[in-house]
Amino acid sequence: MTTSNPQLVTIQLPTALRTFTDGLSEIKVEAATVDESLVKLTELYIDLKRHLFDDDGKLRSFVNVFLNDENIRTVDGFVTPVKSGDTIMLIPAIAGGV
Amino acid sequence: MIVITDEKIAEINMYAELEYPHECCGALLGRVESERKNVIGIIPISNKREPEAKHNRFLIQPEEFLSCEKTARKQGVDLIGFYHSHPDHPSFPSDYDLEHALPVYSYVIVSVTLGKADEVTSWLLREDRTQFDKEFVQILNCSHF
Repeated sequence: MTTSNPQLVTIQLPTALRTFTDGLSEIKVEAATVDESLVKLTELYIDLKRHLFDDDGKLRSFVNVFLNDENIRTVDGFVTPVKSGDTIMLIPAIAGGV
Repeated sequence: MIVITDEKIAEINMYAELEYPHECCGALLGRVESERKNVIGIIPISNKREPEAKHNRFLIQPEEFLSCEKTARKQGVDLIGFYHSHPDHPSFPSDYDLEHALPVYSYVIVSVTLGKADEVTSWLLREDRTQFDKEFVQILNCSHF
């Protein structure tokens, strides 16, 4: 993927996903949007992909993406642009049942 | 292996019975030593599913997940897993549980039959997400301390 206007952003991960990033809780990537940031992340750490995205490539329903403490679902979704110094947090909702 | 006292099990059972016929849910705080997880604290969390779905579904919102992580950090422990109940259903993880689980965390399930909590099991998601593996639950008798 081509990065049109790359910005250096930090992605913070919950404990459960650090197993797939060599124990790192924060990963820095260069990207122009939230979507591109997550693509870059899963390119760097391939095993993360199955936990973030389903077989159709859609973000799993229980994975929430916060950009600087704001849920991107309430902003512009995955096309939300990022700027240098932004922090993206991946926060799961925990769900289950019978 | 997950190690938990009988008092903590009784606490989870109590919440499961109080919420019956709905599912209860909560977080498990503790310490990880090699392959052994020691449960130190329990945080009961309100099931955020809509009322008509609470009998067979539970939901812990991301904000509550963050709050649990912060509480764990303050106490110098880790968020090691979650518990929930299966009202009138065995304490085996469902396909829905599998679809929504994350690796590393312990998923403790208590079955509740006709309002009475009975079997408690714990499960770990395989890293390839294909299935859960049963985790041995060691229950410590508090009267021994």
